Amino acid sequence: MMINTDVLVIGAGPTGLFSVHQLGIIGLKCEVVDNLDKIGGQCIELYPDKPIYDIPAIPECTGEELTKNLIEQIKPFKTKFHLSDRVEKINYEENKWLIKTNKLKEFRASSIIIAGGVGSFEPRKFTIKECEKFEGKEIFYSVKDKTIFKNKTVSIFGGGDSALDWAIELSANSKVQLIHRRDEFRGAQASVDKVKKLSTEGKIELLTQYQLSAIAGDNKLQSISIKHDSETIKKIETNYVLGFFGLVMQLGPIATWGLNLDKKTIPVNTENFETNQKGIFAIGDICAYPGKLKLILSGFHEGALAARGCFKYARPKEKLKFEFTTTSKNVQSRLGVKKND
Amino acid sequence: MPKITYIENNGKSYTVDVSNGLSVMEGAVQNNIPGIDADCGGGMACATCHVYVKEEWFDKLPKKKDGEEDMIDMAFEPNKFSRLSCQIEVSDELDGLIVKLPEKQA
Repeated sequence: MMINTDVLVIGAGPTGLFSVHQLGIIGLKCEVVDNLDKIGGQCIELYPDKPIYDIPAIPECTGEELTKNLIEQIKPFKTKFHLSDRVEKINYEENKWLIKTNKLKEFRASSIIIAGGVGSFEPRKFTIKECEKFEGKEIFYSVKDKTIFKNKTVSIFGGGDSALDWAIELSANSKVQLIHRRDEFRGAQASVDKVKKLSTEGKIELLTQYQLSAIAGDNKLQSISIKHDSETIKKIETNYVLGFFGLVMQLGPIATWGLNLDKKTIPVNTENFETNQKGIFAIGDICAYPGKLKLILSGFHEGALAARGCFKYARPKEKLKFEFTTTSKNVQSRLGVKKND
Repeated sequence: MPKITYIENNGKSYTVDVSNGLSVMEGAVQNNIPGIDADCGGGMACATCHVYVKEEWFDKLPKKKDGEEDMIDMAFEPNKFSRLSCQIEVSDELDGLIVKLPEKQA
């Protein structure tokens, strides 16, 4: 099914969210695609609890609070979010951009705003090349079906909450090793205590100061070797390997869209934040121009200008009139403001 | 101005002047030294400015802050000389510092 809209916004971080607002008040429709399973981008994924002190007029708020307020602010526009999905391909046809996602959704839009931060979040993987061969079969970076581990040996790597939680959970019905590069764990203290208790009870084998060094098996994974800080190597017969090393940001398919790139950023002009491709705009951390600051507040400004840049593509025959939210009846009706005067 | 040396994984070495107060990460980025991504821009939120500090320098550096070791867990092939270069502030005492860069950051 083809979804027709004025603008496709890629990225549901603070910059993408505020660009939705700016599109909304000038009367443009948009849809948002984000690879994460929730709205908020880096604010939610990297620092939901960390206070931010440099949002204008908000002395202090957390990433989560900022996201909540931005969602509240765009409520009147009833924007549709397509989460856990990623834009793969774009094509220009008959003055429109045709956009295809990973989940095979299709959009037709007159412009695209890329508010992609530093790319999409992907699980950080093992560094040993051979691991790719077993990925999705015996090596996983997230758990989709935990029943496959029943009565099997599972080697879990990592020191955060995901590693600890899965070690605890799977230890009930599987033989579990928890392997981590140092003695301290960064997960919740209660989980660390639980793991240590299960380890003294012999339900989890705790192997610290070890990292994966090799992997063996032809079609099926047979064993792994782990290397201690003291260089000694231990071989473990295992059925499954789980790696929980957090997320990395990858530019991903954006690199293949014919955009000029400067390292991992997209050069734009500062008049309307358009890229070298007509109708494609880039804002927030992903855009580059002289003097660029990677601040949320800069992303808001960039979104306001990019939204206006989208207008000429969406409404080529109309002229955009500049209006204030304080006085414009048009804008206020789009915002659903009811006046009692 | 302190001189900092960055050695790429392939052995290519760069020695540059970095102003006091900048981080070792900023020194690399401003001088276009490849191999330090610094995706999060110095917020200790991504582990893509990971470096291996030359052994003899490791103990001379200001100690790791809370959270840095946690983030190093996620770095590419960390070892006991691993630091996040965004957390090392350049000062006169660090004149001559040598850091090695991992094969890749992510």
